[in-house]
Amino acid sequence: MKQNKNLYNYIIGIADNSLILAQRLGELCGHGPTLETDIAGTNISLDLIGQARNYYQYAAKVQNEGKTEDDLAFLRLENQYRNVLLVEQPNEHFGYVMGRQYLFDVFHLMFLSEMLQSKDETLAAIAKKGIKEVSYHKRFSGDWIKRLGDGTEESNHNIQEAIDELWAYTDELFDQTEADKAMIAEGIGVDTSKLKEKYYEEVSILLKEATIEVPERKYFIKGGKKGVHSEHMGYILTEMQYMQRTYPNMEW
Amino acid sequence: MSDKEIKNLEEIFEARIARDEKIEPKDWMPEKYRKTHIRQMSQHAHSEIVGMLPEGNWITRAPSLRRKAALLAKVQDEAGHGLYLYSACETLGISRDEMYEQLHTGKAKYSSIFNYPTVTWADMGAIGWLVDGAAIINQVPLCNTSFGPYARAMVRVCKEESFHQRQGYEIMLKLCNGTPEQKEMAQDALNRWWWPSLMMLGPTDAESIHTEQSMKWKLKRKSNDELRQQFIDQTVPQADILGLTIPDPDLKFNEETGSYDFGEIDWDEFWQVVKGHGPSNKKRMKARVGAWEEGAWVRDAAMAYAEKQEKKKLKKVS
Repeated sequence: MKQNKNLYNYIIGIADNSLILAQRLGELCGHGPTLETDIAGTNISLDLIGQARNYYQYAAKVQNEGKTEDDLAFLRLENQYRNVLLVEQPNEHFGYVMGRQYLFDVFHLMFLSEMLQSKDETLAAIAKKGIKEVSYHKRFSGDWIKRLGDGTEESNHNIQEAIDELWAYTDELFDQTEADKAMIAEGIGVDTSKLKEKYYEEVSILLKEATIEVPERKYFIKGGKKGVHSEHMGYILTEMQYMQRTYPNMEW
Repeated sequence: MSDKEIKNLEEIFEARIARDEKIEPKDWMPEKYRKTHIRQMSQHAHSEIVGMLPEGNWITRAPSLRRKAALLAKVQDEAGHGLYLYSACETLGISRDEMYEQLHTGKAKYSSIFNYPTVTWADMGAIGWLVDGAAIINQVPLCNTSFGPYARAMVRVCKEESFHQRQGYEIMLKLCNGTPEQKEMAQDALNRWWWPSLMMLGPTDAESIHTEQSMKWKLKRKSNDELRQQFIDQTVPQADILGLTIPDPDLKFNEETGSYDFGEIDWDEFWQVVKGHGPSNKKRMKARVGAWEEGAWVRDAAMAYAEKQEKKKLKKVS
C-alpha cells in the first residue's frame, strides 16, 4: 500500500513537469517569431502532453480509486501539483522560452535515459518513447540558445538575462522527495543526484559555445516538488482547470 | 516581345490549361495569372495563420488532455498549411516577408470568418464542423487547379481539413449527447457560426468580381452560390443528427429542387467584417503584427548567427 502511494507520487511528479511545460508552450501558439518556431513549439507541447497522458493513466491505475487521467491532470489543488518551479516560469520573451526549454530538456533527456533501466516496465516503456521526442526538443532548444547567444548584441543580452534568472530554478531538478527516494531504493526511480554534475557540465559547455556567461549562483529557489509553487501557478491552473471546474462531472 | 508574340504565348498557355495540363513555376505565364495566383494563394496562407489564433485561444483551456492534444495538433496542421502555401506562393516570385507585409498593412486579406471571437469550448466544435466544412467545399476543386504547386499543396491540405472537420463534428456530437448545459453550448455556437460560415463561401455570384476569370484558370469550378447550396445541403442533415436547430426560420427542404431553400444572408454584416470592422479584426491583426515585431530580434539573431557560421566555415576552407 505504502509502496503504491510512493509510486503514485513519483509518477505524478514526472507527469506534472510535462503537463505544466506543455501548458506554457500552448500559450504561445500563433504568437511566435516565425512560423517554423510556432510549429516546433506546438510540436514539443504536443509531445509533452502525450507523455503526461501516459504518466497520468498509469498513475490512475496505480492509485486504483477509479480516477481518470483528466481527474489527475485537472482536478487537484495547487499544492498537489509537484512540478519543478522551472517549468511554470512565464514566457517573458523568446529567450525565456528557449532558456526554460533547454534547461529542462538537458535534464529531461538524462532522466529518461536513466528511466529506461527502471524495474517498472511501464515507466521504462514511456521513457523509451519519450527519449526520441526529447532528443529532438533538446536539439531544437540548444540550437536556439546558440543562435541567440552568438547572434546579435541584443539577442545575447536577452538570452543572458533569461539564463541568469532561470538558473535559480535548476537545482530543484535534482531534489529528491520522499517518494523519489523510496522509488530509487526499489530500483524504479532515477537517482537524480548522479545526474547533477553531468547536467551542469553539459549545459555549461553549450552556454560557453553560445558566448553566454555561465551564472555563478550560491542560492537557488525551489518548492514546486513539495507543492509550494510560484505566484504564477495559480493563474496557470485557473486557465487549465477552467472547463473542468465550471462544468464538473461532464464528458468532453 | 511584340504584342503578337505575347498573344501567341497566351493562346498556347490557355490551351494547355484547357487540356488540363499543369502550369509549373518556370513556365511562361501571363502577368495576370501570376498576380491572381499570388493574391489567392497568399490570402489562403494568411487565412491559415490568422486562423490559428481563434483556435489557439482554447489550447490552454481545453477540457481534457485528449482534446488539448487534438487541438494542438490541429493548430499545428494549420501552421503547416500556411508554411507550404507560402512556399508554393514564393515560386511565383514574391517573398514570405513581402506577403507578411501585405497582411500587416491590410493590403492582403484573409478569410473573414476568423474575425469572429471564440467564446466557448463549443466554438472549437463549430469551427471544425462548419468552418472547415465550408473550407473543404471551397478547396476540394482546387486539388485540380491549373497551377501545379497550388494543386499539390491542396491535396494535402484537403486531407487534413477533412480530418479536422470530423474532429469538430465529434466535439459537437459529444456535447449534444451530454448534459443540457453542454447541448445548449453547442446550440449557441451553431447560432453564432452558421451565418458567418455561409458568408465564407463568398458574395453572391452577381457581386463576385473574380469568378469568370477564375473559372477559366480552374481556380474555381463552381460559383459561390452553387458552393453555398452544396454546403447547406450537406450540413442540414448533420445538424439533424446532432438534434440542433439551424438558426434560419426560412430554411425548408424544396422537393422540386431537392435542395434546401434558405433565408436572406446579411450582406451588410459580411462587408462590415471584410472591411475590417468585425468583432475581432483589430485583435487578430494586433496579434499577428505583435508577434512579428516582437520576434524581430529573434529573426535578426538567427540571421547574424548563420552569417557568422558561414564565415567560420569559409575561414576553415581557406
